[in-house]
Amino acid sequence: MKHKEHFRTAVYQTPFHPRTSALNTLNEWHRWKDYTTADAYFDEALEYAAIRNACAVFDLTPMTKHRIAGTDALPFLNRLITRDVAKIKPGKVGYCVWCNDDGKVIDDGTVFHLREGAYRLCSQERQLEWLSRSAHGFDVSIVEDTHDVAALALQGPTSCAVLKAVGCVGVERLAPFGITYFPFAGGELMVSRTGFTGDLGYELWVEPSQALELWDVLFEKGALHGIRPMGTHALEVARIEAGFIQAQVDFLPADQAIHLDRTRSPFELDLGRLVDFSKPNFNGRRALLEEQRRGSRYRLVRLDVEGNKPARSSYIYDAHRNGNVVGTVTSAEWSPSAKSNIALASLNMPWGRPGDELWAEIYYQRELKWSRVMARCRVVEGVFFDPPRRRATPAGDF
Amino acid sequence: MSNETRTVIIGAGHNGLVCAAYLAKAGRDVLVVEASNRVGGAAITREFAPGFRVSACAHLSYLLDASISRELGLAEQGLKTARADLRTVALDSNGNHLVLHGGQVQSGALMEQDRAALRDYQARMLRFARVLGKQHNRRPPRLLGGDRSELIAAAALGLDIRRLGREPMREFLRIAGINIFDVLEETFESSLLKGALAFDAVLGTNLAPRSNNSVLALLHRLSGQAIGVSGGLSLPEGGMGAVSEALAKAASANGATVRTGSAVARILLEGDRVSGVELESGEQVAASTVISNADPARTLLQLLGARHLETGFVHRIRHLRTKGMAAKLHLALDALPSFAGLQPDLAGERLVVAPDLVYLEHAFDHAKYGECSPAPALEITIPSIHDRSLAPAGKHVLSAIVQYAPYDLRASTDAARAKLLEATLTVLERYAPGLRRQVVASELLLPIDIEREFRITGGHWHHGELALDQMLMLRPVPGAAQYAMPVNGLYLCGAGCHPGGGVMGSAGKNAAQAVLRQERAA
Repeated sequence: MKHKEHFRTAVYQTPFHPRTSALNTLNEWHRWKDYTTADAYFDEALEYAAIRNACAVFDLTPMTKHRIAGTDALPFLNRLITRDVAKIKPGKVGYCVWCNDDGKVIDDGTVFHLREGAYRLCSQERQLEWLSRSAHGFDVSIVEDTHDVAALALQGPTSCAVLKAVGCVGVERLAPFGITYFPFAGGELMVSRTGFTGDLGYELWVEPSQALELWDVLFEKGALHGIRPMGTHALEVARIEAGFIQAQVDFLPADQAIHLDRTRSPFELDLGRLVDFSKPNFNGRRALLEEQRRGSRYRLVRLDVEGNKPARSSYIYDAHRNGNVVGTVTSAEWSPSAKSNIALASLNMPWGRPGDELWAEIYYQRELKWSRVMARCRVVEGVFFDPPRRRATPAGDF
Repeated sequence: MSNETRTVIIGAGHNGLVCAAYLAKAGRDVLVVEASNRVGGAAITREFAPGFRVSACAHLSYLLDASISRELGLAEQGLKTARADLRTVALDSNGNHLVLHGGQVQSGALMEQDRAALRDYQARMLRFARVLGKQHNRRPPRLLGGDRSELIAAAALGLDIRRLGREPMREFLRIAGINIFDVLEETFESSLLKGALAFDAVLGTNLAPRSNNSVLALLHRLSGQAIGVSGGLSLPEGGMGAVSEALAKAASANGATVRTGSAVARILLEGDRVSGVELESGEQVAASTVISNADPARTLLQLLGARHLETGFVHRIRHLRTKGMAAKLHLALDALPSFAGLQPDLAGERLVVAPDLVYLEHAFDHAKYGECSPAPALEITIPSIHDRSLAPAGKHVLSAIVQYAPYDLRASTDAARAKLLEATLTVLERYAPGLRRQVVASELLLPIDIEREFRITGGHWHHGELALDQMLMLRPVPGAAQYAMPVNGLYLCGAGCHPGGGVMGSAGKNAAQAVLRQERAA
């Protein structure tokens, strides 16, 4: 925020706004952090269909981004984050969570090891205060550069073909979670094979001044590959199919919780794989070791719900009649790709074991009349939608 | 590194030595490493001018735990009292001094109403201070995630307050968090009496009489007396250093080794637990347990390093209020000073310059903005009257606590020091005309000097302000009040822990018990 008059603008437009606003025939917007962002452009269902059958573009400029550098950048990140950041080599990206001292998740995000010793940390929530606080005792510089980077997600089976058409020679050889750079518009285009859809896809990073040129060339070269813009509603369906969790939805950031039982540890979010106890110190380590010893309080599960009514915000019971509430659904959608009624739910331990009989209490409205149905739920191991093309390297053209 | 059972204690302050003595007594292999060339930390006696010796930081003993003296046999180790039960003389510039002792006015002009109020006030405060005093040798309870014993400990604290009785409990809860100014104003008439009583509440703190928490600070000060520390305010023979030397002998007698001139550069880790310490000489000493008598910030941020701790914990440690507000004056005098209107046999008592509440409040006003008080309040002792070992024959040493002197100064340290010395001599001259001409040599230690000489971050003699939010289970910070730090094998045992400073020894004893308890549990 370089402009001293910044406070006069309540909500910003991203550098892509001239294009996104022209395409937003529904004129549906909401506020995401500092920016206005499209809910949907022309039809949620068709935008979703583009993600899974062609490719779709999402403006992710509002996502909070930080640049982290300095001789202690790695030890700083390794103390901050639960996983071993040393294993994220230059040119690689890692999904991660970070915790408070009590081992409860503050946020999740991605660490980009841009170049030797230089990192980008993307987060769902604002993190500058926590990062700055964590920097004491480390030789590290932390800059929130959300406004200095324009970013698009290009997701879907034809995304690689579009990038090749744009001139990203050899991008098909980029492995999942890899980063590579291409000359672009007198500068540089950074491409990472990352995304929030669980599909073949990329995220594209440029300076704001290059934003419109990037958008235009994508839509020009992508026309024959079925490129479409997508809003947050379509993305929401795709991310639940992919089993990704979201702050404020599937978990409450620990620093915002007033009631301690509303927080969740990485184990309680099914992210135990991101906790590396072989590191001698990281935020939350002692508490998480203790949690391992004593057992967790909650479990995040993926549910396949009977019927076709999305189990949004449903209570989960341990039996159909006279059952006890054992948890709640945090995210739910009808999955067009898995052809099932899917949900993420946070359950009290020990519930959520494979084979547990669980029931969702679903309320739905038809012609303004509310109805209630009890639907049997099955705990699913693995994610709902996980096509081989997501990981195939070299990436296919489709 | 080979020695897997040794305990290293960083710092031979009185708490470090107490801790060493108890652990050695329990059969542990204990090595105490001390940075300076003598034991004692801030409880030492040293020469400040040829032939003149003084207790260089703490200068009165009033809190030393009786159980520690007894269990460690300090009398057998040669600790003697030069003078016990000092009276307090509230100095008056017109010579109408008040001599106070045990809630009584022994001499001086005071209305009968104030005399009665003083007896009542003293009894009330001691009764409340007893609640605090009873916590000294207890491990403070954990606020969260504790087991049954923690609940019982928390309940015991509540019960101690409840047991005061209905009316006293209400009074305790009414005044514990408020300021001494209001309490004294509603109780007494005499300005001099109020000044002297308020002085005890703000001595060594960052508080003025109108600051909240000043009642609590007074209760902490009275807590030793309240639980029966024998001797009241006393002067050990040979100065406060004699206490430390007796403790060092007790530690050695029990088998501990004390190495002076061995400053620790850093605490060593292997994985997530301590493995020893590295001295500034580069020598490494292996240990399975490291206990630090240094203040929390020095121990955790400098010797250990923030990167080995968690963010929230480091944040709390960084924001401990550790800045000292009291300076220490040492004067070498070629004769016994004469205080106007004071019987010569009273010159050896504890003399207080705090003529009224507003004087104290104004003295503090300057300190808030980075200046030393132009008219400071003083606690004066002339220990050489009772202890001839401190000064050449016929000569004397005067030791005074000078308030207020902030840690963060607007002027240069040297300029501030010179100005405060001059201001202090001017105040002294007002009560003891001619004293200035008797001064052979002088030394004034500002908090920044205390920080340097005694290696106390901020130069606060309690290693951190004693206030409601930094006491009991909140001392030094929530989640670390039970002496064990969040790195396996690392403990604190200094004044930064419950129950705080003042040459008490309880933190050292409690820490030793925490270490032994942990060992039994493992």
